[in-house]
Amino acid sequence: MDTMSLLMQGFAVALTPESIMFAVIGAILGTLIGALPGLGPANGVAILIPLAFSLGLSPTSSLILLTSVYAGAMYGGRISSILLNIPGDEPAMMTCLDGYPMALKGKAAEALAISAIASFIGSFIATIGLVILAPILAKFALRFGPSEYFALFALAFATLGGITGKNQFKTLMAAAIGLMIATVGIDISTGVQRFTFNTLELFEGVDFIIAIVGLFAISELLFFLERHAGDGLKQVAINKLKLSAKDIIKVLPASFRGAVLGFVAGVLPGAGASLGSFISYTLEKRVSDKGEFGKGDPRGVAAPEAGNNGAASGALVPMLTLGVPGSGTTAVLLAMLISLNISPGPMLFQQNADLVWGVIAAMFVGNLVLLLLNIPMVGIFVKLLSIPPKYLMPIVTLIASVGIYSVSHSALDLYFMIGFGVLGYIFRKIDIPLVPIILGMLLGPEMEKSLRHALVLSDGDWTVLFNSGLSIGLWTVAILGLILPMIVGPIVRAKMSKSKEAVKDV
Amino acid sequence: MLKTISLKSVLISGAVALTMAGQAYAFEPARSGECIAPANPGGGWDFTCRSVGKVLVDEGYFKGNVQTVNMTGAGGGVAFAHTVSKRDKDENLIVAASTATTTRLAQGQFPGMNADQVRWVGTLGADYGIIAVGKDSKYTSLKQVLDALKKDPSAVKFAGGSASGGWDHLKVLMTAQKAHVENLPKVRYLAYSGGSEALVQVVGGHVDAFTGDISEVKGFMDSGDLRVLAVLSEERLPAPYDSIPTAMEQGIDSVAPNWRGFYVPGNASKDSYDWWVKTMNELYTTQEWKDIMTKNGLMPFHKSGEEFTQFVKNQTLDIKILSQDIGLIK
Repeated sequence: MDTMSLLMQGFAVALTPESIMFAVIGAILGTLIGALPGLGPANGVAILIPLAFSLGLSPTSSLILLTSVYAGAMYGGRISSILLNIPGDEPAMMTCLDGYPMALKGKAAEALAISAIASFIGSFIATIGLVILAPILAKFALRFGPSEYFALFALAFATLGGITGKNQFKTLMAAAIGLMIATVGIDISTGVQRFTFNTLELFEGVDFIIAIVGLFAISELLFFLERHAGDGLKQVAINKLKLSAKDIIKVLPASFRGAVLGFVAGVLPGAGASLGSFISYTLEKRVSDKGEFGKGDPRGVAAPEAGNNGAASGALVPMLTLGVPGSGTTAVLLAMLISLNISPGPMLFQQNADLVWGVIAAMFVGNLVLLLLNIPMVGIFVKLLSIPPKYLMPIVTLIASVGIYSVSHSALDLYFMIGFGVLGYIFRKIDIPLVPIILGMLLGPEMEKSLRHALVLSDGDWTVLFNSGLSIGLWTVAILGLILPMIVGPIVRAKMSKSKEAVKDV
Repeated sequence: MLKTISLKSVLISGAVALTMAGQAYAFEPARSGECIAPANPGGGWDFTCRSVGKVLVDEGYFKGNVQTVNMTGAGGGVAFAHTVSKRDKDENLIVAASTATTTRLAQGQFPGMNADQVRWVGTLGADYGIIAVGKDSKYTSLKQVLDALKKDPSAVKFAGGSASGGWDHLKVLMTAQKAHVENLPKVRYLAYSGGSEALVQVVGGHVDAFTGDISEVKGFMDSGDLRVLAVLSEERLPAPYDSIPTAMEQGIDSVAPNWRGFYVPGNASKDSYDWWVKTMNELYTTQEWKDIMTKNGLMPFHKSGEEFTQFVKNQTLDIKILSQDIGLIK
């Protein structure tokens, strides 16, 4: 009941004209970003963070804008999957399997509509899941002491590689790079400056927003430059929409199953949306009657779309309640929250209840907006797909630069941003994942602080790290999270690469 | 312009201003002023700049506006260096400062810079320090806490929102020192990245005591989760904080105001410095400023000109000696 009244208060925030405006803008930008191949949700949010800063938005508005972008990107990813057979982002990969064949059969409009409905169901169910699960997790708030926090961060790092991670060693390297960058600046536990070389600008460390925008957005620009992609992409033409109620009912079970599976995959740290859409698709293939999976079965479009949108909302659960992001995009959102002086984690629901519930309510609103946008107006997004990147990328760069400069008015930050951009480009070339770098930067200092505090409180006794049921539980999950992917990972990856090949074969 | 100011000051600050009313000031401010907030929007310095800037314009001291510029970095060090090296003669610039500024100056955390390189204008209020425990704590008075520390300096562990050696840490040490606790370096302090994070740990029973400012504790005080043992002010604070005893009442001579104020560039003309001091004195007495103070939990604390400069010197020296005593600096 308590949750309901809080949620109602949240709607009071979410239904103000300002909030609705940001939800709509976020939904449109997000869909566009998702639809453009290569520009995934993490990049999209990274590009728009500086925009939120330079407009001087309140924390609530910023978060509504960016969660709408996030949800929109998950919707948008399917457009290019279906029309171009190129996933707009990684989680939309599975949608290619049946979406593109449908489009080839002249049913592109139906595929787009079905996937929009499935996306809506996925997000909607997962947001309800978030409403139910988050307050329960947040109840543990006060039980988290330094040793519990340390175990929690250990868990985050242990599950970092995740099941879909390609190369554990490179993930580890990336996390270590992030940890190294994080040590620059004042060490609050001793008050000593580390690696600052008496340069005032380094005294507060490297701002992770700058790192994120550089690593994601600027490196994206460099990739575009490299490809010399001057023209838009060629796509399958869209037919007139002929979708009966029967067609929709037929994909409903698939959508619900996908939504629930996706949500669970999203909540688990380290798993994320790609896994959500993958297991939703494979399970759907198993449980359904034979059908025509791989040749344009509508359920093969609905299940992975519900799955990846469900996972996207699910990933917000650990981010909001524990301060541990469940996916790359939520890691970027986490960084923004910290920059806005809001500490996510167990206390967020008590100290910033209006913000959290406002954002959750805004997710419902945004989701509805997205459904409305994506069925009648899908043609506009399709047109936008053909905007040549030579116009798009300068805009992205402009927004990023203005935004970063407006944060601190320091030209040095711009050099840092470009430096990180080049670094991000090199890392992507040699397949070093970027998200663990960000997580290392975000969580490293917190983890160090928790360990030191735990040891100060116990007067140097290390057993304090395992002295409560909660911390033992967290350690157990951490160990499982570290070992399981080593066993299960290769099997899942083999299956995923098989389906990837199937995408190419079509 | 000059005439209107003089007239206003007569009306506003009464007798004090009356003596000044006839004086002509050789300095006349430009159309627009600038206030540097050495931190991101949303923090204390940002608030100081924006609210003072607004009152300066509302009261007609500036015809244009007073622009707040956020200059983040090194806990105010970047702004300090900028003021000293690039704006040394700018007469229309003020920079927000607080105890955090003097703490860092005292500990040499702005390399090669010291408090004499700028001129200190005045303060417009303060946030007083407090020491608190969770509701289930065995301590019910500050004296009990300090007695425990006298027996064993690591008996009570403190959590606060500043880095080690920062103002929240120093408050505990200064109080302990006044109560003749020995072996101060052994007093345990856990540094968190913000007051609220530290508070949660104390309320959750993970750390014994909280050191922070009165403005940080209202929420948990109202909910009954936090017991504030003492406020480090000379007199009791106005309602709703009037039930909190001062440390002085409990026999410990410890006062720790986290003041909010300004400095101006070191080589700006004397006339402009005098104008700023006078303006801050007048501003402090306006109803608009009083309302801002009440609304934001700022407590009365006003020093300006020569008095404030001396206060900054003393505070810097005190902090330097204390930091040396506890081995934080050499």
